[in-house]
Amino acid sequence: MDNLSNLLDGFANVVTPMNLLIALLGVTIGTAVGVLPGIGPAMTVALLLPVTYGMEPTQAFIMFAGIFYGGMYGGSTTSILLNTPGESSSVVTAIEGNKMAKAGRAAQALATAAIGSFVAGTIATLLLVVVTPPVVAFAIGLGAPDYFALMLLSFVAVTAVLGASRVRGFASLLLGLVIGMVGIDMVSGQQRLTLGVPQLADGIDVVVVAVGIFAVGEALWIAAHLRRRAAEVIEVGRPWMGRQDWQRSWKPWLRGTAYGFPFGALPAGGAEIPTFLSYATEKKLTKHPEEFGRGAIEGVAGPEAANNASAAGTLVPMLAIGLPTNATAAVMLAAFQQYGIQPGPLLFERESGLVWTLIASLFVGNLLLLVLNLPLAPVWARLLRIPRPYLYAGILFFASMGAYAVNAAPFDLFLLLALGLLGFGMRRFGLPILPLIVGVILGPRAELQGRRALQLSGGELHGLLGGWVSWSIYATIAVVLLWPLIGRHVVRPLRERLIG
Amino acid sequence: MIGQATRPDAGGAPPAYPEREPDRPGADDAPPPGGVTQAAQAAAPGGDRAQYGVCAFLALVGGLVIADALRIGHAISPADPIGPKPVPILLGALLLVVAVVYAVDVVRGGRGEPEAGEDVDLTTPIDWRTVLLLIGAFLVNAVLIDRLGWVISGALLFWGSAFALGNRHHVRNLLIAVVLSLVTFYTFAIGLGVSLPAGVLQGIL
Repeated sequence: MDNLSNLLDGFANVVTPMNLLIALLGVTIGTAVGVLPGIGPAMTVALLLPVTYGMEPTQAFIMFAGIFYGGMYGGSTTSILLNTPGESSSVVTAIEGNKMAKAGRAAQALATAAIGSFVAGTIATLLLVVVTPPVVAFAIGLGAPDYFALMLLSFVAVTAVLGASRVRGFASLLLGLVIGMVGIDMVSGQQRLTLGVPQLADGIDVVVVAVGIFAVGEALWIAAHLRRRAAEVIEVGRPWMGRQDWQRSWKPWLRGTAYGFPFGALPAGGAEIPTFLSYATEKKLTKHPEEFGRGAIEGVAGPEAANNASAAGTLVPMLAIGLPTNATAAVMLAAFQQYGIQPGPLLFERESGLVWTLIASLFVGNLLLLVLNLPLAPVWARLLRIPRPYLYAGILFFASMGAYAVNAAPFDLFLLLALGLLGFGMRRFGLPILPLIVGVILGPRAELQGRRALQLSGGELHGLLGGWVSWSIYATIAVVLLWPLIGRHVVRPLRERLIG
Repeated sequence: MIGQATRPDAGGAPPAYPEREPDRPGADDAPPPGGVTQAAQAAAPGGDRAQYGVCAFLALVGGLVIADALRIGHAISPADPIGPKPVPILLGALLLVVAVVYAVDVVRGGRGEPEAGEDVDLTTPIDWRTVLLLIGAFLVNAVLIDRLGWVISGALLFWGSAFALGNRHHVRNLLIAVVLSLVTFYTFAIGLGVSLPAGVLQGIL
């Protein structure tokens, strides 16, 4: 087994004292900011991008892996102890988790979330090891037309499948594509949308976009609607589970993992749908239906496992093809680009050591998180009481520092504010953020692949239709785009006929 | 993180994608973000007119992108048969189309649901005073960072933001701000090899 030996090499890289320290730092920061209200894992990675400039890529990614998983752990603490939905993926955990906490079972809710996350994270990372190499083997044979089609699919998927309003999703995507286009065209050397500003000739740095949209935009938006009376935090001791809690938790953990991983690995899966599915399943299968809605442990165990498994699943398309399917993966992709590393099938050949170290660090980080989270939960819970003015002032402070450090140019700070205001407006009008960030990151690459494909055909449009791969991808795109029509005119009449 | 949108009336048409809503659990006892919608609707009866501003913005960006693309000269070559022009023109045209469709959606009563969050209270209107003060603190830092240096301008940014957000422990905040900016300055300079500007404190720090 070639991959197994690669993975073992990866482990050997991770368990050096320095790298273990960095992994520990990553999971600590990840958990801390995951617990902090208003900061998600995507914003954390974005804020920390500039900090990792001085690091080697391997170490930077060990840290990002820790932040990625740590943010998931931390988020569940928040949703269990505070009854206000934060990220969409932890809304479901909050339903039963907060009820459990109010009924004095916060320790068990936190324990089943943490252990379930560990179980799901470990299984899903194993699946990642198994699934990624075949995907790479498939992707390595793809040509420019296939990549172009894949990126179009990615655009359509994040826009039309996730989120509730298509037109708002497309508006966000197009804005992202326009931002990604600013600067000198890589092929012809022509300036586009630079408006004569020399600082824009190199394009808008992805770090500035990510920090502006995620950190500044979010801080301004929260400041505009800041809850004056902080939400009530439920007291908690050290998490533990009794024998019965274990019996009721282990099956939901496994089922949640089974839902989460495939959805995460799909171009438009996300974590929201598998968590809802897991909740619905547990509600149906439980032997204690009367507890649902009053704090059933299965309703925490399943969705939390699904959430974490989906996070690991998103790494499959990210590493193997270079397609981000959630916001954190998108920002991590930007981080790869900062180091001049292009994710995709060739990554496994050129940067084999880096990739397998990253994967090994996911296992290590997951274990560290369990060790860190079970005894320290009361400490993390205290973070929920941080005075909000300091929290959001701190976000603006670190955002400005990071964006300035990219090019040491005050111009970037004005750009950051402009992007922050854009992010503010998008939150106000319910425009989803993910399509924009995917557009900024994938847009230039999609244009490059498209033009490369057309170069081979001498500019004739049929150059975009490569082999059967791109054909089937375009067919998928058509189905996704036409789904509301298909649903109304094909699926529903069929269902009615079958029932009637 | 995903923006939600609701369409309250839509003239009897079925809601956008009922198939894809996987039976929202606990909808009867624990309203997830549902309360938010009602609050937003109560705040703006008769439709959210400000959304037309978004359409205008999209159309403006679309027009700008097309105008900029038309400015580009003839730049195609055998190695690049389509050149740098068609993509921006396509994007600009799509932006104009989306602006129109968006406007139609707004006319039909479509509405984007503002993003919820742990610390977000959507029952209150936007607090413009706080937002403007924060923007002010942000701009002060952007203007002064090269002249006064990060330690002073960054401290002003933190102090000003905490003030804008309603914290009135001026002395304590100033202490925290100075410590934060000093720590970040030295961490960056020594630990990461990225230097933030020293400004007027050059030689002292």
